[in-house]
Amino acid sequence: MLTSSPAAPTILSVEQLTKSYKSGDRILTVVKEMTFSIAEGSTCSIVGPSGSGKTTLLGLCAGLDRPSSGTVRLNGTQLNSLDEDSLAELRNRHVGFVFQTFQLIPTLTALENVMVPLELRGESQTANRAKDLLRQVGLEDRLHHYPAQLSGGEQQRVALARAFINRPKILFADEPTGNLDAETSQRIVHLLFELNEAFGTTLIVVTHDLDLAGRTQRILKLRGGSVVSDETNEHLAGAARSD
Amino acid sequence: MAWRDSRASRRRLLLFVSSITLGVAALMAIGSFGVNLRRGLDYQAKTLLGADMAIRARQPFGEAAERLFRTLGGEQARETSFASMVSFPRTGATRLAQVRALEGSFPFFGDLETEPAEAAADFRRGARALVEDGLMLQHHLKLGDEVHIGAYSYRIAGRLKRVPGESSTAGLLGARVYIPKQFLNQTRLLQPDSAATYKVYFRLPADVDAEQVAKKLEPDLIRLRLDAETVAERKANLGRSLENAYDYLNLVAFIALLLGSIGVGSSVHVYIKQKVNTLAILRCLGAKSRSTFAIYLVQTSTLGLAGATGGILLGLAVQYVLPHLMQDFLPVSIPFSVSWVSVMEATLTGFGIAVLFSLLPLLGLRRISPLLAIRASYEDGTRQRGDLWSWLVYGAILVSAGAFAVAHTRRWVHGVWFTLGLVAGLAILAAVAQLVRFLARRLVKRSGSYLWRQGVANLYRPNNQTVVLMLSIGLGTFLMTTLYFVHNVLVQEVTLLGSGQRPNLVLFDIQTDQREDLRRLIRSLGLPILQEVPVVTMRLASLQGRAVEDILRDPNNTIPESALQREYRSTYRAGPVDTETVTLGKWQSQAALGQGPILVSLEEGIAQRLKVRLGDALLFDVQGLPVATRVGSLRKVEWERVQPNFFVVFPPGVLEDAPQFHVMVLKTSSNELSARVQRAVVETFPNVSAIDLALVVNVIDTILGKVAFVVRFMALFSIFTGLVVLAGAVVTGRYQRVRESVLLRTLGARKRQVLQIMIVEYFCLGMLASLTGLLLAWAASWSLARYVFEAPFVPFVLPSLLALSIVTLLAVAIGMLNSRGVAGRPPLEVLRIEAS
Repeated sequence: MLTSSPAAPTILSVEQLTKSYKSGDRILTVVKEMTFSIAEGSTCSIVGPSGSGKTTLLGLCAGLDRPSSGTVRLNGTQLNSLDEDSLAELRNRHVGFVFQTFQLIPTLTALENVMVPLELRGESQTANRAKDLLRQVGLEDRLHHYPAQLSGGEQQRVALARAFINRPKILFADEPTGNLDAETSQRIVHLLFELNEAFGTTLIVVTHDLDLAGRTQRILKLRGGSVVSDETNEHLAGAARSD
Repeated sequence: MAWRDSRASRRRLLLFVSSITLGVAALMAIGSFGVNLRRGLDYQAKTLLGADMAIRARQPFGEAAERLFRTLGGEQARETSFASMVSFPRTGATRLAQVRALEGSFPFFGDLETEPAEAAADFRRGARALVEDGLMLQHHLKLGDEVHIGAYSYRIAGRLKRVPGESSTAGLLGARVYIPKQFLNQTRLLQPDSAATYKVYFRLPADVDAEQVAKKLEPDLIRLRLDAETVAERKANLGRSLENAYDYLNLVAFIALLLGSIGVGSSVHVYIKQKVNTLAILRCLGAKSRSTFAIYLVQTSTLGLAGATGGILLGLAVQYVLPHLMQDFLPVSIPFSVSWVSVMEATLTGFGIAVLFSLLPLLGLRRISPLLAIRASYEDGTRQRGDLWSWLVYGAILVSAGAFAVAHTRRWVHGVWFTLGLVAGLAILAAVAQLVRFLARRLVKRSGSYLWRQGVANLYRPNNQTVVLMLSIGLGTFLMTTLYFVHNVLVQEVTLLGSGQRPNLVLFDIQTDQREDLRRLIRSLGLPILQEVPVVTMRLASLQGRAVEDILRDPNNTIPESALQREYRSTYRAGPVDTETVTLGKWQSQAALGQGPILVSLEEGIAQRLKVRLGDALLFDVQGLPVATRVGSLRKVEWERVQPNFFVVFPPGVLEDAPQFHVMVLKTSSNELSARVQRAVVETFPNVSAIDLALVVNVIDTILGKVAFVVRFMALFSIFTGLVVLAGAVVTGRYQRVRESVLLRTLGARKRQVLQIMIVEYFCLGMLASLTGLLLAWAASWSLARYVFEAPFVPFVLPSLLALSIVTLLAVAIGMLNSRGVAGRPPLEVLRIEAS
């Protein structure tokens, strides 16, 4: 069994997780009996070739999908027992997301996009927090621009600000630099880790980018729906522990 | 390829192409109805008059006329008709009716439709009457009840349902009561100077052409002051007014088709946007721009044809309903048969217009770059600004709309005005829609909760069809509510005429020797007499020294026959009353026969029709006595007020000794008191008739209601087209909605919140669209009230709120119905969308 550092409490634990789909007459098992746990405040990347089950695993861990068997425990809550709305509430309170294609709402401005998670909770007076975050990602002069008026890098920065607005305990990033050029990618990765550190968030990144994976404390390598290796970046892990 | 490519989206495509279905259905149904109407008029032509020819006079036929009739041969029937009060002793009701005394076998063609059917023949055999069905229903009358007309009583033998050549609406204007002519004198209502119409109907021998006879008789008819009407003439008159109504309905149907086509164009635009990647790949694989264009043109054309075919099938059902809707206005029964010409016309029009509107977005396909397959950020090139072909298509749409309008109004000026009006109307509607949408966004942005802001913001999503939807739903709402408002403005105007201290009951046909007793009776009922006016009937004998007969014979004459030949009911007084304003000349306050010129005052309109000016000479024939006058002054008259108004007013001192009757104008405080006065007057003075404003209001309301119902039925096509366009737009934009929904679910939105956002979006769409329509309807009704009807406009708040609610609810229902399953999509799809 693969485990995280025993020193920190676990924020995500996965046991015997399996996900199968029916494809025509065949049953396709995309995730096979995976078991691992992630320590709170740590960073972890999930890597592997296309079709290895990375995105499916991310979806299961974030409560976006339901497993065929096995369990996922997120922030102490077993996800299997929750209905869709309770899952949504859990995501809204404890989870942040960053996507490859930014996934901003095109009809809202940058500021409004960042405010959405808090507003869904019914919170008011959210604008100041959103403005602070947009300032942190360097977009203080783009508050009232619509996504279509922003570059790819700027859109991803808005997405980062949105991901951190609810002070998530865990952040799932799905290929966050997949749609960006090298220079912009570097800036986004830098921001991602900077904010992650500032908010003390656990970070799980699905990526093909080995440089990005190299910046996380732990790398889970998948192939054919199974974890084939679980490497710890001792240098980073040690640094984190010493923090 | 076109077929294979459409595989995944055929149902979606079919839905938005079905936007034209309702328009095609309306066009086909009305086209077929028009053909059947013409066929009905042709087959039943003779029943339109009930005879081959009718000759009419405003006084009893003299010996010369009778001699003339005898020369015509064939069979004759006589009818004397006049307005009189009728009363029903069992119920105590009284009512002004059009009494028709019949002699002979009229109608020679067609039947008086009665219930029971045999009553049409039975009533002629005794003191019996046929009474208008509507009148019997209104006063709860039964067969066998008595009806008093003047000094005599008749037993009701049957309900009168239909008279050949007259629509049942005609009976609303003056309830018809038929009695046998041999019992007419017993009424003691007709005096030599009574206002009555005398008719003789002819059934000519089979080999005689009525048209030729009428032509041959023309000089004699002019000499004897008689009017002749033939079947051909009646058919032409009726045909003209029915064709006008038919053209109007056709244009309303065309508007529904245009709205649907705008919806098709907008949906094709969104569809093409979603196909950009496929097209870029096809271009990479070597497809020429012409081929990709052809693929989608074939797709939309095929589906356009399917939409039009659906319209034809629906049109068959509508065609079946139309004659029932319009039966009150139709003088003949309409046979049900499918007009293949109309089917072809509607199919081609619908298909053609839909293809033209689809061409606009399809033209953009020619510019899609294969580079898009590898670089999504590359400008997709579907924008069309300044493209020559696009302008040509716009031109073709305008020309087609213009051609349709010209073909259906049969006057190119009307057609061009209709087209320009339509373009301007749509532009105004679009501008108001944009403004309303903009204001709503500003308003909600400042104060609304997130769900409201997101719902309103969704109206602005990329590739949105908000303005098109607001246009189509808004126009439907506009048409429906404007009709309703105008109807109410007119009814209210008439109701207001009798408000305050204004008169609301007019008693007429009062003989000079009855005046004193009648005054006493009115006063005993506690009512003041507001006005008492003498009326003298006369005819125009010559104009500027030229005999009227000569003017009528003159082929270059431009003065209308009706103005020359009419019976003038004139009065005499020393000055104008409060409904009149002298606009030119001076009023003569006193005159005397044989002592200087008699200066009459003419109403402006009649002076214009007679083409006379101040000082021109008019010779009147006052029941045999020639009275020479000159035009002394011109007057503007408020005709709509409930009191006697006159074309010609004499100064005192001329007509006092002429045979005359009198009119009294009263004000009653309630309908009950009005009915009591009428009952009392009829009992004592059977020859005196009454016009009750409440009854006039009722009749106007009923007639306008019937007209508005037919027009509203057609306007419904626009509303429903708007809703079909909405359904198409929701289905077309479903992919985007799913994306938004799963993203929100991922960010922690509950299903209820996603549903609420969608409801807010459709709610706002429906509300803003109907608000746009309502705003324009208010503006249009206000303008019509102010400038056309010159009536006060009172805002109709409750009906407006009702229209707003109904249209909004419909939009929410259609939107949510077509968004089924969107809110419940699992959030995992956000990752699948990522992967795709």
